[in-house]
Amino acid sequence: MSPPRSTADLRVIDDPRPLPAVPSAVLGTLVFILTEIMMFAGMISAFQITRASAVLGWPPPGQPRLPADETLINTIALLLSGVALFWAGRRFERDRREARAPLLLAFALGAFFVVFQGVEWVALLRDGLSMTSSQHGAFFYLIVGTHGIHVIGALCVMAMVVQRHQQGRLASSTFQAMRVFWYFVVGVWPLLYTLVYL
Amino acid sequence: MATAEVTHEAHDDHGHHEDEGFFKKYLWSVDHKVIAVQYLVTGMAMAVIGGFFAYVFRMQLAFPGEAVPGFGIVSPAEYNALVTNHGTIMIFWVAMPVLIAAFGNFLIPLMVGCDDMVFPKINRLSYQIFLLSAIVLISSFFVEGGGFGGAWTAYPPLSAVSEYNLTPLGATLWVVAVALEFVAFLLGGINFITTAMNSRAPGMRLYDIPMAVWMIVVASILFMASVGPLIAGAIMLIFDQTLNTGFFDPAKGGDPVLWQHLFWFFGHPEVYVVLLPALGFVAEIITTFSRKPLFAYRTVLYTVFGTGILSFTVWAHHQFISGIDPRMAHIFTITTLLISVPIAEMMFVYIATLYKGSITLNTPMLWALAFIGEFLIGGVTGIFLGASGPDVFYHDTYFVLAHFHYTFFPIAIIGSFCGLTYWWPKMTGKMMNETLGKIHFWGTVIPFNVIFLPLFVLGQLGQHRRIYSYEGFGELMREDVWLGMGMQDMRVLATMALVVMLAFQVVFFVNVFITLRKKEKDAGPNPYNANSLEWLAPSPPGHGNFAELPTVYRGPYEYSHPDRKAKGTDFWPQWEKE
Ligand code: HEM
Ligand SMILES: [Cu+2]
Repeated sequence: MSPPRSTADLRVIDDPRPLPAVPSAVLGTLVFILTEIMMFAGMISAFQITRASAVLGWPPPGQPRLPADETLINTIALLLSGVALFWAGRRFERDRREARAPLLLAFALGAFFVVFQGVEWVALLRDGLSMTSSQHGAFFYLIVGTHGIHVIGALCVMAMVVQRHQQGRLASSTFQAMRVFWYFVVGVWPLLYTLVYL
Repeated sequence: MATAEVTHEAHDDHGHHEDEGFFKKYLWSVDHKVIAVQYLVTGMAMAVIGGFFAYVFRMQLAFPGEAVPGFGIVSPAEYNALVTNHGTIMIFWVAMPVLIAAFGNFLIPLMVGCDDMVFPKINRLSYQIFLLSAIVLISSFFVEGGGFGGAWTAYPPLSAVSEYNLTPLGATLWVVAVALEFVAFLLGGINFITTAMNSRAPGMRLYDIPMAVWMIVVASILFMASVGPLIAGAIMLIFDQTLNTGFFDPAKGGDPVLWQHLFWFFGHPEVYVVLLPALGFVAEIITTFSRKPLFAYRTVLYTVFGTGILSFTVWAHHQFISGIDPRMAHIFTITTLLISVPIAEMMFVYIATLYKGSITLNTPMLWALAFIGEFLIGGVTGIFLGASGPDVFYHDTYFVLAHFHYTFFPIAIIGSFCGLTYWWPKMTGKMMNETLGKIHFWGTVIPFNVIFLPLFVLGQLGQHRRIYSYEGFGELMREDVWLGMGMQDMRVLATMALVVMLAFQVVFFVNVFITLRKKEKDAGPNPYNANSLEWLAPSPPGHGNFAELPTVYRGPYEYSHPDRKAKGTDFWPQWEKE
């Protein structure tokens, strides 16, 4: 009369504390990214619904058009920053010290993105696009602004990583987690660019 | 045959472990057990506030316009604020912190056999943000205009436009508090999932994880996946309130129904977020006190994941009268009826676990059995609401209210008492008084049914929710409608039962007080002869939890195994080799 499927069979345990398949810092970041993806999905679907039901067309008449061409340059800069970070990761795994140059390049390109966007916002505000001027403006600042805050936050973490790297106490898992988050911030941008600007 | 040598890994990010002052020890601790107690105490304090609110607005409904002892005359605006914040508190500041945060923190490291969460500092930050959110919410009751009164679902334009809700500050503080609370649980959830996946004792395979841990992990995943859109919605709502944007304002080209989608896309999975931990506690209790393995462990696990996925497809059943296309309503009717199947299955699994067990009817077991019985009523009435036809009538009546109290009360109150009474010896090292425990049990469960059964009837008779006084509605003041009672008599009955139930909570606090004052620690590490790893640690567990980190040799539910029976015991702990 043994139970139908037993977990009681004797087992052999030879690996006392196996290293986890995904380091904790990375796993935690991935879980966080799950929420982030869903948050952007919420914003994008709200945007799409509002845009689809706009009676006066989109963007609304009398509202400034978004600088799609200039932002394409900025998009490329952000994507290159992701490539630079990937490169930094590869070098880090081979020889830790070699990662410095691409790491700094990634940071610089990320910072360029933020500054470029800041300049763009100032121009748009001057042209009369604000959060209250139209749904178009409201969603633009909401979505692009939320992404911008992510870039700034991720850059702060990257600065910390750069500093630790310089001091020679950068844990591999911390660096990996930071990279994963940056790939997310970079990866979501082309989607936002296509939907909001084009 | 090689065996594991348990290694004492030094986790260098665990902070320093010396004895420090009160502040460091209780308010600035990174120890998962201390953080669990912080969440527990805060959650229980919020429950007292939420219970008091219920008392005040129920008194108003039973005796409209009369001064409520302990509060005074209730104005319509106060009534709305009390109802709104009662719901908000009970879901976000009681059910979530107690079921997930307090028990998740206490149980996960102990049950998977490690010394702390993987990110102890994030864990501490999680509680601190949670405390801040509670303070923001409470302060919103005292600002100019009073607390927010636009219902816990915060539908715009009522919630967005201060000319409508008349609580310009209260409404914003309310959204800010909820948003902060979400951040706190995000940080907590990251810890729960990562710890359960990465810090298990050697030998513990995925199918050896106790159900309570699995359920909290799945609940955390559901929370993390569903809360994103609501965070987006909350930001948009705050902007509508403070920056004058018009995301949800039709006059500015916005769409108020959009909020309902963002809210309920989170709102429905959220009911499973709170349900699952309670189901997990019940699983631990009924196996221990019927001395039987959990029936169909793997099936339950797959079902939980399946339910989690399905729970993202039913949200619009809250919007059947919000002008959605009837063809869409059909689809959501079907998904809603589908999701009741796995829930029913889980109930049957628990009953099958009890079948032919040798049952001990102590206090935790009584709570667990009550959970199954009462939750069944809640689940079954959900099916009526899930069918769009009847729901057109039932929507926003007391039938809905009774439905979700027959689900939330078993989850948040009965489930919490399940966990508390069962793990109390582990938390404190002392056994609670059984007689007081049983008095408290019956004094809670009987009045609970007396409160809410009449509300089903009132809902059937068309009584709407969120109404300050029914005196002006002749058809809602009819005499002799049920068991000789008139509609107002039933309101009085429900209120009286609530007062009785609240009074019986004193018994619980007396019991807690008596136990804590007891001198000797009479529980021992394993008072129930249970199998899972927390019962290996001393009661209460010290810093680092285990004298020696354990190794796991089998699943957590090996009760009454024939091999062991031959040796004269009916349990087989996970940590024992032979
Ligand atoms: C996990 C346990 C459950 C909990 C905690 C729960 C909770 C709730 C809550 C809080 C509401 C009211 C929301 C509001 O308007 O304020 C509600 C309504 C509803 N529930 Fe449940 N519920 C549970 C299970 C179910 C099940 C199993 C079903 C269907 C099979 C169901 C179907 C519904 C429907 C259709 C409504 C909307 C009714 C209406 O507003 O007209 N629920 N539930
Ligand atoms: Cu629902």
